[in-house]
Amino acid sequence: MDIRVQTDPFDLGAEATAFAARQQGMGAIVTFTGVVRDLGEGALHAMEIEHYPGMTEKALEKIAQEAAERWSLGDVLIIHRHGMLRASEMIMMVATASRHRADAFQAAEYLMDFLKSRAPFWKKEISGSGSDWVAARTEDEEALKRW
Amino acid sequence: MDVLYFAWVRERIGQPSDRIDSAPVTVMDLVEELRAREDRYAAAFADLSALRVAIDQELSDFDAPLQGAREVAFFPPMTGG
Repeated sequence: MDIRVQTDPFDLGAEATAFAARQQGMGAIVTFTGVVRDLGEGALHAMEIEHYPGMTEKALEKIAQEAAERWSLGDVLIIHRHGMLRASEMIMMVATASRHRADAFQAAEYLMDFLKSRAPFWKKEISGSGSDWVAARTEDEEALKRW
Repeated sequence: MDVLYFAWVRERIGQPSDRIDSAPVTVMDLVEELRAREDRYAAAFADLSALRVAIDQELSDFDAPLQGAREVAFFPPMTGG
């Protein structure tokens, strides 16, 4: 299990390759990446991500641990950035490894659902006209119920 | 006990944390104590349905006891991912 909370950008290709290379006997690797949406000219300049140091790492470890108990996983990787990110920059990634693809796919979805509303990150959108905290969506809370 | 604020709660109160020396019994007692301090606190804690609370870095509830708690944090619903 590899969990990183950082301000620096990450190299998706290099991370996915390194993650795959350290697995043994795993036939499936799933990765998901979240990106700051580029909504066109002047729409969104940047996104500022605040987090709760200490609790963030604990929450991510707990979510990854729960995924590992539910599915047969070889490994889990979570990288989540905080600080100031521009449009088109990568915010976060998860990777899961399993013998067969169903476990890796489902575990990746589970990680994302819980990361959205149970890991203490807060996004603030910054545009030409000002800045606003992103409101949590009811759909995201609802999504947890399927697990 | 340390009380931490994040996101718009921090902005509305105007500072990231407070140190509390009284001994509120529950989270709700702490909220009442903070609300009574100043308008900016009352504004931040006006609608508790818009807030979440963590005790010692674990999500909790407003009726939870604070005995032994070292750190309480208030923040809006999380928007990670």
